[in-house]
Amino acid sequence: MSPVGREAVNPLRDPRDRRLPRVAGPCGIVLFGVTGDLARKKLMPAIYDLANRGLLPPGFALVGFARRNWADEDFAQVVHDAVKQYARTPFREEVWTQLSEGFRFVPGDFDDNDAFDALAQTINDLDRVRGTGGNHAFYLSIPPALFPVVVSQLKRSGLSAKNGDQWRRVVVEKPFGHDLQSARALSDTLSDVFPADSVFRIDHYLGKETVQNILALRFANTMFEPIWNRSYVDHVQITMAEDIGIGGRAGYYDGIGAARDVIQNHLLQLLALIAMEEPVSFEAQSLRLEKTKVLSAVRIPDDLAAYTARGQYAGGWQGGQKVLGYLDEDGIPKSSKTETFAAIKLEVDTRRWAGVPFYLRAGKRLGRRVTEVALEFQRAPHLPFAATATEELGQNALVIRIQPDEGVTMRFGSKVPGTAMEVRDVNMDFAYGESFTESSPEAYERLILDVLLGDPPLFPRHEEVELSWEILDPIEDFWEKLGQPEQYRAGGWGPDSSNTMLARDGRVWRRP
Amino acid sequence: MNRDLHDTNSSAILTALSETRRGSGSVALGMVLTLVIDATESEHYDALKAANAAAREHPCRIVCVIRRPGKSAPRLDAEIRVGGDNMLGEVLILRLYGLLREQADSIVLPMLLPDAPVLVWWPGDGPAVPSLDPLGLLAQRRVTDAASSTKPTESLRARALDHSPGDTDFAWTRITPWRTLLAAALDQPFDEITGGEVDAARNNASAELLAAWLEDRLDIEVTRRTTRGPGITGVRLLTKRGEINITRPDGRLASLVRTGQPDRAVPLPRRATDELLAEELRRLDPDDVYNETIKRLFGTSPEPGRRPDTQAQQLTRRPAPARKSAAQRASDVADTPSRGKKVPALKQAAKQAAKQAPAAKATTKKAAPKRPLPRAKTAAEKAALAKKAPARRAPAKKVAPAKKVARSRA
Repeated sequence: MSPVGREAVNPLRDPRDRRLPRVAGPCGIVLFGVTGDLARKKLMPAIYDLANRGLLPPGFALVGFARRNWADEDFAQVVHDAVKQYARTPFREEVWTQLSEGFRFVPGDFDDNDAFDALAQTINDLDRVRGTGGNHAFYLSIPPALFPVVVSQLKRSGLSAKNGDQWRRVVVEKPFGHDLQSARALSDTLSDVFPADSVFRIDHYLGKETVQNILALRFANTMFEPIWNRSYVDHVQITMAEDIGIGGRAGYYDGIGAARDVIQNHLLQLLALIAMEEPVSFEAQSLRLEKTKVLSAVRIPDDLAAYTARGQYAGGWQGGQKVLGYLDEDGIPKSSKTETFAAIKLEVDTRRWAGVPFYLRAGKRLGRRVTEVALEFQRAPHLPFAATATEELGQNALVIRIQPDEGVTMRFGSKVPGTAMEVRDVNMDFAYGESFTESSPEAYERLILDVLLGDPPLFPRHEEVELSWEILDPIEDFWEKLGQPEQYRAGGWGPDSSNTMLARDGRVWRRP
Repeated sequence: MNRDLHDTNSSAILTALSETRRGSGSVALGMVLTLVIDATESEHYDALKAANAAAREHPCRIVCVIRRPGKSAPRLDAEIRVGGDNMLGEVLILRLYGLLREQADSIVLPMLLPDAPVLVWWPGDGPAVPSLDPLGLLAQRRVTDAASSTKPTESLRARALDHSPGDTDFAWTRITPWRTLLAAALDQPFDEITGGEVDAARNNASAELLAAWLEDRLDIEVTRRTTRGPGITGVRLLTKRGEINITRPDGRLASLVRTGQPDRAVPLPRRATDELLAEELRRLDPDDVYNETIKRLFGTSPEPGRRPDTQAQQLTRRPAPARKSAAQRASDVADTPSRGKKVPALKQAAKQAAKQAPAAKATTKKAAPKRPLPRAKTAAEKAALAKKAPARRAPAKKVAPAKKVARSRA
């Protein structure tokens, strides 16, 4: 009998046998940008955690590439320190020994042909010595401006070419461009060298776990879907607030701003997940189809001046600490027009959502770090109580908390104990962390494993990325023509214009 | 926060529990299941330690039932532990004295979380038929540990004869990493597999399960070799043109050797109890693959219509022996005089009988050096076993009708 092909069924696998995790086949990762924060704090620990959980193949290889005069051992030391400090699972010597045998380092510049030839040689050696089988993922943990040169080097040195059953994949992190045009250019650069299903766009804020939690909440239950529409929902608020400033990211942040940094990818992805129709299956294709559909139905307001808001954080005291204003941060010009807070109102033109506004806001130096989606329901059409009894009753709400403390909150009215009839809002909480502690793997572990397994369902493809830019670009163009954004107090919830924006519709922002 | 209650009852315990919970400021409402541990005084410390560690992944209410030996008046003592370091969920330790020893189920029933699954774990010997045990009847999932008995394989076999969906054994949980590694190996293109071999220390139930699983899934014959251990030391799959060989001599690090590929090392440490328990808590539905594997291992008939050819081959390959196994004899001896007696006496008798049958043991070993042979059960034997089983912990009368319920649920 001839060797059984990859498509053949593995007799040891059985869909009912859920004890067996999927383990990546023989493969390796080539990491560009090993000296970055992300690589040290997230990627290296995640790789170790995966190995520790037995999910990496025996003989896994990790190749570092950077402009450093390091030997393999120096690189191993860097990874070791990163793992010791940041890994989620306990350090086990036998796991580390086995893993570190597969570490290699190739020094060089991104425009250095010899360095990439050396990299190709290293990978061939690994296939021979470690049995990585010609399967390699290239993780571009580098600024997007460098993508073209690295990708073309991969092509030139033959690293992007695969034989037969092998695979070569490329992983890029957000931002995926800064407007529609640059997003298309980026996607062209990548698709020149790698086919669409070999390009993995990673957005760790919106990990697969979170996405699947939302899908499960909406589509595995009966009690939410019937009210998940314009007949019951009054409006939706999507918030992503950070309590920190821009830190050392002045170079990246200035000229980008909150809308491009966060709204374009995270918030619009969240909107898509909340607003989309039920996919016919949870296959990558069907899910993408629904998300694309709803994103293409998103409409921006006609009056952008009234229904968008932006701001810059001012200096002052935040939570007992003296903080700098955005314009005083290192490396930010005094004339900067970049917004650190952005709020926009969107409509979704579908039968389900007609007339239900979606308010999105994102910002830095706000009250606390929180990401959440709140569905605010309409008031009961008739309240059979005296007006005084329901004075303290607000709107019912269903809040999907993304971070921190992922979970679901429901707000509804309850009678206050006592002889008087009085109804007041109460909260009912569910936290993933209480019911399933520690079972939730770090987002990067799932992302990396999905890349190695070739399992892309929940990564946005370029169609979604481009649709999001189409929504945001007109707003950015409009803002471009305005002067400097309004200053807002650090540690608050954004500029007044953001509150006015909702007040126009007779609504108020939740305090998350 | 800890609290002790003496000579108490279920409702007093529940009241004290909610007071304690409020007092310690923890509102453990996220608990998703109840874990009942049926342990002896000497087992309970380690069992609770493992359960607390596992509860970090699955916050649960842990109810630990300890039957105190000796003749004393019926009495129930309870210990409540809520909050504290590293503790999620809550722990109730119930000590049952005298006649109350037989009433564990009625005491535990009110302690179960509403509408949440129940898992019973016997860290020690455990009942012969978990699904007929009064505590087992309360649960969706029943977990035993064959390795805690002196004859792991025999104890696994005894339970396999009256297996009910939802029963699993740590012997099976222990081999998940092996099975993962083997399944991953066959995710890659492979040649036709012609045979296999499992090497393990003597009397290792996990090795038997692993071999049976491979036989069942791959339709090959798997030979067993006895090594010095620890545990399983190697698995080999022979293919047309080579082999896939995993060896783990030290119980920690394994090496994977595959024809045509470089040798690779892979950590494959033996698993701690809390890891095993956490894995069991992860799945609260019956394990179909386990059911099929023990059927394969002990030759109880597979589901009708399932791979008739394999079944036929198997029958011709391994004719049923006439001889009764040692354990069978031991339990025969043990049961006759002791039916209806109290538990400790029964266990004593079984132990003695087991000791008294060294000859039988030796012969069995000789006749079947590699593995216990499957044998066809006669209807009479089955009936006898069904009658015997409940006698272990409760009078047969009480449990017999419940058995029907358990079966029909299956």
